[in-house]
Amino acid sequence: MSKPQAEKIEIELTVNGQPVAVSVSPVERLLDTLRYTMNLTGTKEGCGEGECGACTVVLDGLPVNSCLVPTIQARGRRVETIESIDPSRLSELLDSGATQCGACTPGVVMSACWVLDHPDLCDSHSLRELMAGNLCRCTGYDGIIDGLAAALDASNQRPGAGA
Amino acid sequence: MKLLTPGTVPEATAMLRDSGGRAKPIAGATDVFVHWPVRVPADDEIFIDLSGLAELRPHRWTDDELILGALTTYWDVITDPRAAEEFAILVQAARTVGSIQIQTRGTWAGNIANASPAADGVPALMARDAVVELTSAEGVEQVPLDAFYLGYKRFVMKPDQLITAIRLPRRPHHFESFIKVGTRRAQAITKVGVAIAHSDAGWRIVANSMAPTVRRCRALEEALDDQAPLRSPNDFTPLLTRDLAPIDDIRSTAAYRLGVLARVLYHELAPVCGSVGPSGAAS
Amino acid sequence: MASPRRSEGISKLTGRERYVDDLAIDGCWWGMTARSPAPRGRIREIRFGKGVDWSEFVVVDHRDIPGPNEVRLIELDQPVLAADRVRHVHEAVVLVAHPSREMCRRAIREIEIVVDREPPALDFRVTPSPDQIQYADDNVLKHLRIEKGDVERALAGAAHVVEEVYETGAQEHVYLETQGMLAWEDDGVVTVSGSMQCPYYVLNALIHALGRDEKQVRVVQTPTGGGFGGKEDYPSNIALHAALLALKAKHPVKIIYDRGEDLAATTKRHPSLVRHRTGVDSEGRLVAQDIEMILDGGAYVTLSPVVLSRGIIHAAGPYACDNVRIVGRAVMTNSVPFGAFRGFGAPQSLFACERQMDRVARAASLSPAEIRRRNLIRDGQTTSTSQRIDDGTDRLAVLDAALRRSDYDAKREAHRSFNASHPYLRRGMGLASFYHGAGFTGGGEVYLASTQHVAGLPDGRVEVRSASTEIGQGTRTIFATIAASRLGLDESDIVIAEPDTSRVPNSGPTVASRTAMVVGHLLELACDDLRRTLGLPKDAPGDAVRAAIIARLASHPSEELVGKARYKAPPGIQWDEQTYKGDAYGTFAWATYVAEVEVDLRMFETRVIAFDAVQEIGKVLNETLARGQIQGGVVQAIGWALTEDFVWKDGAMANAQLTNYIIPSACDVPPIGVEFLENPYPHGAMGAKGIGELPMDGPAPAICNAVADALGVEPTTIPLTPERLMDLMTEAGVA
Ligand SMILES: Cc1cc2nc3c(=O)[nH]c(=O)nc-3n(C[C@H](O)[C@H](O)[C@H](O)COP(=O)(O)OP(=O)(O)OC[C@H]3O[C@@H](n4cnc5c(N)ncnc54)[C@H](O)[C@@H]3O)c2cc1C
Ligand code: FES
Ligand code: FES
Repeated sequence: MSKPQAEKIEIELTVNGQPVAVSVSPVERLLDTLRYTMNLTGTKEGCGEGECGACTVVLDGLPVNSCLVPTIQARGRRVETIESIDPSRLSELLDSGATQCGACTPGVVMSACWVLDHPDLCDSHSLRELMAGNLCRCTGYDGIIDGLAAALDASNQRPGAGA
Repeated sequence: MKLLTPGTVPEATAMLRDSGGRAKPIAGATDVFVHWPVRVPADDEIFIDLSGLAELRPHRWTDDELILGALTTYWDVITDPRAAEEFAILVQAARTVGSIQIQTRGTWAGNIANASPAADGVPALMARDAVVELTSAEGVEQVPLDAFYLGYKRFVMKPDQLITAIRLPRRPHHFESFIKVGTRRAQAITKVGVAIAHSDAGWRIVANSMAPTVRRCRALEEALDDQAPLRSPNDFTPLLTRDLAPIDDIRSTAAYRLGVLARVLYHELAPVCGSVGPSGAAS
Repeated sequence: MASPRRSEGISKLTGRERYVDDLAIDGCWWGMTARSPAPRGRIREIRFGKGVDWSEFVVVDHRDIPGPNEVRLIELDQPVLAADRVRHVHEAVVLVAHPSREMCRRAIREIEIVVDREPPALDFRVTPSPDQIQYADDNVLKHLRIEKGDVERALAGAAHVVEEVYETGAQEHVYLETQGMLAWEDDGVVTVSGSMQCPYYVLNALIHALGRDEKQVRVVQTPTGGGFGGKEDYPSNIALHAALLALKAKHPVKIIYDRGEDLAATTKRHPSLVRHRTGVDSEGRLVAQDIEMILDGGAYVTLSPVVLSRGIIHAAGPYACDNVRIVGRAVMTNSVPFGAFRGFGAPQSLFACERQMDRVARAASLSPAEIRRRNLIRDGQTTSTSQRIDDGTDRLAVLDAALRRSDYDAKREAHRSFNASHPYLRRGMGLASFYHGAGFTGGGEVYLASTQHVAGLPDGRVEVRSASTEIGQGTRTIFATIAASRLGLDESDIVIAEPDTSRVPNSGPTVASRTAMVVGHLLELACDDLRRTLGLPKDAPGDAVRAAIIARLASHPSEELVGKARYKAPPGIQWDEQTYKGDAYGTFAWATYVAEVEVDLRMFETRVIAFDAVQEIGKVLNETLARGQIQGGVVQAIGWALTEDFVWKDGAMANAQLTNYIIPSACDVPPIGVEFLENPYPHGAMGAKGIGELPMDGPAPAICNAVADALGVEPTTIPLTPERLMDLMTEAGVA
């Protein structure tokens, strides 16, 4: 069979808290590594051009579009995907109607949880601005924004929160 | 396809030289990786990953300069409170770039080297008299950003050079403003953009998406420095066309671009610039 | 009361829901499509380049199709794969499959389809020249006509006559999950599994073109990441492509479209041109509506006749008028076939109607609210098809609620002083009153004769078996609510079967806002039938139902315990397909929407700063889901109204990237206020009428009416991009 690509490189990274070693093509997208090599299919591809945010993961604590991240740049770094999210954090988003078809949803949830982890972002940014990198064609965004606002409120009231 | 992964700048510039300048740098990849799978790179392409060059990562403050390392991202600047104080225009521009997912990855140097006429980082940098530091195996060169571009996607940087830093003089400003007219309010490519800065060094008016490269509107800058009266948006147009040459494309039209830039500048400058506005307005 | 939670919500929120591209199948190959480079012509040659080793690939063209080379739909004019000629750019011609997706991409690049070009018809608004004729003798795919009273006479006697032409552009669905299908053959049965709205459309297309009988094909819907009509008919094409490749490769084959391919090659909303000539008396009452609607159908018939039908039936708006003439035609052009999209022709004709009403108001010196108040249909009056409306809905109350909710009068007042003092911002209010017929048009539901099953399970739970699909709107949750309520059970006692044509009956397509109302009502009747089969009285409580199911299946373990229902038209419904007279729809939902806009005169940008949507929808089955439908639809319509512009080049979409085809982000839209009024419809599930399409109809005219209010210019064409608004204001001399 003709060779589609140059030979693979072994790299190590931490995915959802677990150290993993994967062998990847020299210039492969993190999105493809997650989905097709590691079978972490929760992360979605909506465009492959950095517009839609369906592929959002958190890399060393910051949200990024995994369709634009060369996997080799994740070597030695921490990647958090939707598979790491504890469902108990999502009840406000569920109740507000933040998901309809679900295709944008994993990316939406990754951005929303990142905001929940850094509530001080709300001092400088509006929630809509914080979520602008996640296009959704179903909800009209109210379900997402309302759910995130409710979750922020709830986490404020939780004892020990806001520290 | 080959990937080079240098660990230091000298290593990187040596690799660039050895590749005969063919190796293409990858920084945040927010330009390089767009539509990546559909592109299918040729078998003999060489990429050079800059992400291992730790020395290029941070930005730092000296007594008279803010120095952005080549791997400094938009988010690095947005989240630095000192930048908001002294370089508000950079923060404003950075916040209009794509979305947060792009801001956390995209670099200022990548924005310069990508050389898009629609680049939003470049006009803000140019309005603040940025100087680009270019490094090759042969040595280091400093090029003012407003002398960097030669034409559409052409620049003075040679294939064996890397941008290693962007230097910005720290200088008090009387006024600065960044306006982006995009296809929508986030995740938008600029249709008409302008960075405005006024310091003792004079006016800087830098437009993007108005010419084959991001460009200073020198005729307008001079008129403002000379306090020539500009009574309506129409008075701006002949000055703007001296330096700019907007086109029709799939995002907008030349007429829109020119008309809107004149209006934006007029309304932006009228409240702060005595020579701009309806005659008789207070200065 | 809190609504029941979306049943698959957590699975979607945690990324565990498995869409077609998430399924890892052993030995699966990738499939990809080589497409026409030209809008029209004869295929002279297909060249296979030397850049790949073709012996590794499976290549399929039209000669590999076992049955007729036709995609089965209303007509059979669309080939599965173009044979000797192409009719639009990006038409599928050759398919390839290979174990590596990247190799497929390389192979596609190596295929050159050489076309001897023929003159394409590219503008549906101009009469084609003889050498552009490709369908019938005038390229018209469908002519339709509605007539009531004597329009000419009424116009002659009218106090004011207003004439205008309105145009709307194409719109791409941008479901966030691109189209995709997986096909394989097993024991002589071809199974196709993928993203779709209508499993039985796909099944029938497979039966037809693969030349197989019903038992040799099976279609399974995978969780579907949005549809909006875009996955109504086009999935049949991809399903056939995947099946043909799988049969030849003797491997499972998956085709997943890239976003660019999906944008360029799949169906879109029909562009339209609508002419209005409206007469009112001196009191501002409508005396005549003369309307002509032309749709761009694209290269093949697909669904254009029915889109046109819904378009013209809605064209006169929710108003009483004794003299109405509506003529419509859908015209063939050499661009991608235009297809189903939320609203199905009604948003186009209602855009024209509701813009026209504002112009008529100005001619008659009435306010936009007053002209509507005077003309909104009252019970006992008839629509353009002479359908008598007698549903007891207070349509004026809908209008008033919208005015109240949006603070319409006070805001208009405030805008006057704001506009007089601000250097470059202008604000305005706009409203649109409209209606949307739920379910299939005319005799459509009778013709479909949909069926719906429910089955008892050995543990006493009940399984809903339906071909109606969940595509984001919450079908599974609603069906659980309906079945539970009808049988007196808990929602947790209801299981929703996967839409698999080998297990579920044909409940008709998931379109036309029919799922909750029509199929949901069938579900109620199927539940009644189950109760009957169990020998229980109509009011038997849930515990009794559960116990009876358990007992019956314990004593007759091999028996299928199934309750069934088949569609019958509600009594009194009459429709004449020939004259287009009668009850076009079983019922309508009624609405008034109000948009508040702010126009920035520096860059001619229109921003919607507040939006209120008030509608009477029979019965709200689930507040969260219903609100979500409205909010999502409104935002999709805001995109259509303002930013979603198509750049056409040679019949193809030149801006086929998400960075250049501009759908709204969270920053581009305000919170959408939603209010429901209820007047239960006796033939809909629990009283519900359809709502899925409704929110697409009102926003565009409301927004343009608001722009007219703010600026005093009259937008007639959408999307109202800043460039278009600048031209409009320059022409009007007010830029
Ligand atoms: C969805 C999306 C939205 C975007 N929105 C905006 C926007 O609003 N405004 C805007 O201006 N841009 C935007 N961009 C473009 C892009 O994000 C910026 O241009 C960014 O600054 C590029 O930086 P990078 O590090 O990602 O560059 P890369 O993609 O890594 O590189 C870009 C180019 O620069 C070269 N290069 C990178 N670093 C160096 C170096 N140190 N020396 C020499 N050459 C180098 C590369 O070889 C390549 O040619 C957007 C992109 C996407 C995908
Ligand atoms: S798939 Fe990465 S941003 Fe759309
Ligand atoms: S829920 Fe469907 S795109 Fe967001």
